Amino acid sequence: MTPMDFLLLTKGPLFSLAIAIFALGILIRLFEIFALGRAHNYAAARGNEVIPGLKTMYRRFNPDPGTLWHVGFVIALLLFIPHIELIKSTLGVSWPGLPNPVVDAVTAITLLGLVAVLIHRLTHPVKRFLSTPQDYLIWTVTFLPVLTGYLAYHRLINPYPLALGLHIFTVEIFLIVLPFTKLTHIFTAFVARYYNGAIFGRKGIQS
Amino acid sequence: MTQGTHSFSVERGLNAWREEIDAPVAAFFSSCVHCGLCAQACPFFVETGDPKYTPIHKLEPMRLLWEQEFTLWGKLKKTVKDRVDTQLGRAPKPLITDEMLEEWEPLLYDSCSMCGRCSMVCPVGNDIHYMIRKAREGMVASGHSPEGLVAASVRAVNTGSPMGLQWKTLDVQIKHVETATGLEVPIDKQGADYLVLLSSMEIINFPEYLEAITKIFDHAGVSWTLSKTCFEATNAGIQIGSKDIAATLVQRVVDAAEQLQVKNVISPECGHAYTAIRWEGPNAIKRAYPFKVYHIIEVLDQLRADGRIKTEGKEMDRLSMHDPCNLARKSGVVQQQRSLMDLVASNFVDLKEHGEFQWCCGAGGGVSSNERAEPLKLAAFKRKKAQIEEVEPERMVTMCATCRTQLEEGLEEFNMDIPVVGLTEIIADHLVEKEVENKKAEES
Repeated sequence: MTPMDFLLLTKGPLFSLAIAIFALGILIRLFEIFALGRAHNYAAARGNEVIPGLKTMYRRFNPDPGTLWHVGFVIALLLFIPHIELIKSTLGVSWPGLPNPVVDAVTAITLLGLVAVLIHRLTHPVKRFLSTPQDYLIWTVTFLPVLTGYLAYHRLINPYPLALGLHIFTVEIFLIVLPFTKLTHIFTAFVARYYNGAIFGRKGIQS
Repeated sequence: MTQGTHSFSVERGLNAWREEIDAPVAAFFSSCVHCGLCAQACPFFVETGDPKYTPIHKLEPMRLLWEQEFTLWGKLKKTVKDRVDTQLGRAPKPLITDEMLEEWEPLLYDSCSMCGRCSMVCPVGNDIHYMIRKAREGMVASGHSPEGLVAASVRAVNTGSPMGLQWKTLDVQIKHVETATGLEVPIDKQGADYLVLLSSMEIINFPEYLEAITKIFDHAGVSWTLSKTCFEATNAGIQIGSKDIAATLVQRVVDAAEQLQVKNVISPECGHAYTAIRWEGPNAIKRAYPFKVYHIIEVLDQLRADGRIKTEGKEMDRLSMHDPCNLARKSGVVQQQRSLMDLVASNFVDLKEHGEFQWCCGAGGGVSSNERAEPLKLAAFKRKKAQIEEVEPERMVTMCATCRTQLEEGLEEFNMDIPVVGLTEIIADHLVEKEVENKKAEES
């Protein structure tokens, strides 16, 4: 297989497969959650559920050093012009991006941030105690797309079709792994936050 | 035979969990990324430094069950595992064993007061204390709950009081209050506005409370009553995690209130009793109440707002306040106690983290009824102690008999000479006396 064949494979059938597994997987996960429902609450409410629930959805974005790399990840994902082009060609929607050098710098910081959180996980007594092989697996599948993207942009892997193919391939691994692991928190954390805010909100506390 | 009985009880525990797992629980377990931030919010972890006290870890057995039975991926893994076991002709290893639940019992009871502080900080939004409450249902059903709590529950069901207290004990106190105040303590008065409940802990340790409300309600002209058939507000079923026991105990309150046809029920200076009657009670008996439930502090603050409490003089010493978790963070009563403090204190200072972010005293959620948890209870108190040391009050004020006992014992243990008082008593101490009031009215 030539590098070009590999690139075509990752851009074509593999990409469709990954997207399908990701989309179906996430739908199933969300269905599994919502299908369980909630028991009727007979206690007279002190407060509203919906507004505090929605508030908690954004109030839990804390400027914690351990979670700051998420911002870089999202910037690189959604504001890098070639990514926007791809989204435009598949979904038909687009938005302005950031200049490449900015995204480049953000990506470098994100990579360092991810390395830092890995070191933290390996050394912090609580994190180490809680960590399972899955925590290291999801770190790896998150780190690789950022790393390969960075390497491809700087032409550090040659030839270029191989570099781009590797980047897309690691993204596909990320997408396929996502619904089966705690990477689902990308979606379910908002559901969890809503419920948290609603449960407390009903009792008159903004959580 | 023993083996059979054991697997039966584990199975009952798992069944209880299957019943408890709902959409929020599934969303919470799906979202945890093992960041460990909940540990920093937990006084039991902060003061021991032992990672096993990380709040989310306390739920690991229930999480295992959820993953295996409530997710497609978990079901697939189980199918493959079973196939392999059959192929190899070996018995499948049970997911959750008695030994495991035994190991988790102290984590779910001794080192958790269900204070809910972890639920406020989790970045993915997990309401961990909501799940701990549910997890305890399975622990009871599988026979893995602490002896102290089992005994309290049995006493509560059999005698009406978790401490085995009887009406005649309370009756002696009522007589004493009536002699001291010259006022009548109404008993079984039909159609009263408020049915007043008490906690056994209060009756034994803090008889001042009954005297205080007798004075305040007389002063404000509140129509109230005690019930001979049900005076206990606390609910051991909710602490231990048994919906059946909880329903039995709540039903007694509902029966008494309905029989006396009261419009409102007042939960005493007790945190968990309020959670039990106000929030969990209607769900335990699966119907809404025909009356309203208030914590005494809510009632007093309403009387204050309506101008029905007239006070004179103020406490001059430096006072600070401990918010009971069940009242503040878990029930949204935060401002009321502060408005009341303003009425009677000239030198009040809040602890740095208070209200919804207050630190637990370490004794709630059944910890204080569980003798085995004594060392952990004292360890967790160190966080409260550190908070108190920050503001150096001369006295502490609170509104929960369990918190108050814990504060008193803890402060004594560390040789800190800081008395603890109940807010209701302070209010009663500052009431304008009736004769004076009448004289003033005549003069003007």
